Amino acid sequence: MDKNQSRRQVRLMRQSLFDQGFLDEQFIQLEELQDDANPNFVEEIATSYYRDSSRSLQTIELALEKTPRDFNKLDGYMHQFKGSSSSIGAKKVKAECQQFREYCKAGNGEGCMRTFQALKKEHATLKKRLEAYFQMARQAGPIETACRPK
Amino acid sequence: MNLSNGMGSMSTASSSGAWKSADVVSDQFPAGLRVLVVDDDPTCLMILEKMLRTCLYEVTKCNRAEIALKLLRENKNGFDIVISDVHMPDMDGFKLLECVGLEMDLPVIMMSADDGKSVVMKGVTHGACDYLIKPVRIEALKNIWQHVVRKKKNEWKEVEQSGSVEEGDRQPKPSEDADYSSSANEGTWKNSKRRKDEEEEADERDDSSTLKKPRVVWSVELHQQFVGAVNQLGIDKAVPKKILELMNVPGLTRENVASHLQKYRLYLRRLSGVSQHPSNLNNSFLSPQEASFGAMSSLNGLDLQTLAVTGQLPAQSLATLQAGLGRSTAKSGMPMPVVDQRNLFSFENPKLRFAEGQQHLSSSKPMNLLHGIPTNMEAKQLANLHQSAQSLGGVNMQVNAHGVQNSALLMQMSQPQSRGQILNETSGTHVPRLSSSIGQPILSNGIPSGVLGRNGIADNGRGAGYNPVQQNSSMLNFPLNNSSELPGNNFTLGSTPGMSSLTSKGAFPEDVNCEIKRSGFGASYDIFNELHHHKSNDWDLQNVGLTFDASQHTNTMHGSLDSSVLVHQGFSSSQRSAQSRNPSTVGKAMFSIGEGTHHVNVQNNGQHLNSLIVDNTVRVKAERVPDASSQTSFFHEQFGQEDLMSALLKQQEGIGATENEFDFDGYSLDNIPV
Repeated sequence: MDKNQSRRQVRLMRQSLFDQGFLDEQFIQLEELQDDANPNFVEEIATSYYRDSSRSLQTIELALEKTPRDFNKLDGYMHQFKGSSSSIGAKKVKAECQQFREYCKAGNGEGCMRTFQALKKEHATLKKRLEAYFQMARQAGPIETACRPK
Repeated sequence: MNLSNGMGSMSTASSSGAWKSADVVSDQFPAGLRVLVVDDDPTCLMILEKMLRTCLYEVTKCNRAEIALKLLRENKNGFDIVISDVHMPDMDGFKLLECVGLEMDLPVIMMSADDGKSVVMKGVTHGACDYLIKPVRIEALKNIWQHVVRKKKNEWKEVEQSGSVEEGDRQPKPSEDADYSSSANEGTWKNSKRRKDEEEEADERDDSSTLKKPRVVWSVELHQQFVGAVNQLGIDKAVPKKILELMNVPGLTRENVASHLQKYRLYLRRLSGVSQHPSNLNNSFLSPQEASFGAMSSLNGLDLQTLAVTGQLPAQSLATLQAGLGRSTAKSGMPMPVVDQRNLFSFENPKLRFAEGQQHLSSSKPMNLLHGIPTNMEAKQLANLHQSAQSLGGVNMQVNAHGVQNSALLMQMSQPQSRGQILNETSGTHVPRLSSSIGQPILSNGIPSGVLGRNGIADNGRGAGYNPVQQNSSMLNFPLNNSSELPGNNFTLGSTPGMSSLTSKGAFPEDVNCEIKRSGFGASYDIFNELHHHKSNDWDLQNVGLTFDASQHTNTMHGSLDSSVLVHQGFSSSQRSAQSRNPSTVGKAMFSIGEGTHHVNVQNNGQHLNSLIVDNTVRVKAERVPDASSQTSFFHEQFGQEDLMSALLKQQEGIGATENEFDFDGYSLDNIPV
């Protein structure tokens, strides 16, 4: 794929991430922070996020398995997780976090379990998409300034 | 993650290093603003750091609150502003907020993904200068420098207002201020400062830039000196210049004193809740009565005890109190005011004590509340009071500790249930619900003057937690000769006239504090002893004290009989009303319960109370309010209240820091300013 095509590909991938609701405005904030001094800033952030969030997910999973469920604790964990996810603009993940917290507040263990599964799925999906995107971006070379999705 | 949040790397690793000198900073302000950002989430921390760097700030990041505090303490003037997350594993963000505000007097911005109203409100009440919702956008960070400027400007204004401008040790650099601050700087202060500045430019220049003003750490001792000076001068007449002279601390500038005084005043107001300032949160909560007490806003458990001690509380009240104290259930009506933790302890305790003491004194600690006013309490009652007072105190402490700012809550003491609620709310952090039961009094007493009375002590009515005390605004004017208004707070016990003195004082905490301190609430709450240590408590106590006018003016309440009457009233009412928990200021007021003839010599000299209650075994140890040396570290460790609570209640909930800021000196109760 030539440069132009690569870049176009990258742009499309990026756009679809937004269009499909995987990412939100916050991701653009990160992109805007990227500069010559930190050319891979966004990717670094995403890497950091996935490293920490995987750990968090494990913690939450363990906590979910405990009975009786400590909803307060779970809510606390999820609050942190949500904050983290929102900071990179992980929109769908964030939505699941919110749903999870709702169930926690309601003391709905089943709902929590279900939501947690959905959350893990979204988390994994986004990871794959981002990895592909970053890889393509690196191959394509420097991308133009981030532009806001319509 | 390669975050430079390690101990060693913190300060250097992430600082941009571009601007180190003050000169550069001031010239390029807001570029070079030194920001300390604290967040346990590494991803967020990285993002924030990058954003702040993009804003051309000098950033230091930290993922642990303790490390942040360490950095701040080691490098007193190394930072201009702190940004902290609310939810952190090692320390609650609000606690960090309070510590920073007290110790370093830096503007603190809170952040959280939580945008719930209560959390944001908590930020406000704890003194955060801003609250950002995560995810944070760079636009939000671009303007944080305004908080730095604003703070300095306010400090300068304070200095100016206190008339110390002429001699100002430090002068802001008018020119610099003008550069970046709002046009307000063009105002008078600037002009006067300019004059001064010209005169003292040479000396002050290096540090005088508003950004670079070295920060004074108000240690306990220093704060004690400060409070002592303020009390000596009288809260009304306490101007930074005179305070500085009295304190006679080398190296301390009037500016330092001025800014500290300002904070102190705000603190007092907050405690009293009835301060004249409409914005005072406490006020809103405080009932009218309370308002008068103002100062008493923070009814701390201690107060209850004091109240209890005064013997006002009838046996049953004590029992109730005790019960209440221990339990989170707001018992006796003493609403646990969510007094500001900080404030609560120090000042309010005295107040609360009384109020609560009555009701809750159930417990645990045998407080010897010296209430100058002889109460009709029997010995055993007194004992009960002590205990309850203690527990209350403890509770209150805790409650207070939590930073309930709600003196308003305190006010609500009258309603038992409200108490419980209050406590719960306030307890936010630590306050074990226990406090709630006890806390009530304290809370309600938040209002210094009113507190006592209100909490049932003065008030006979149950419901009204704040009864009686309110009655006479000059509560203390009761028969005891004290025209001195008893710090009202403390004595609200009886709603009695004497007590009102506190109220009359307007419950302005400041006044109260002065008084209380002076009067040395003899009360030697055991609780306080334990909790003691926190300075903030002292402040609270001070508030309480203030209500006792006596301190200032030799209101010696002689007339022990009278005092007994007063106390009586206070307590009797409090008994009923669970609320009486207003131990808050009362605590200090050491009512000499017990024998009728106690003179409540409200004297400014705090210790005076001791003499009053000679006989009383009950000693309310007034928290050392006067000592409040705690200076701004109200929160010090969890606010003495917590310790009290724990100590008292044993239940505890873990209040951990036993070293409460209360520095209860263990005043003998004798000097209950009546």
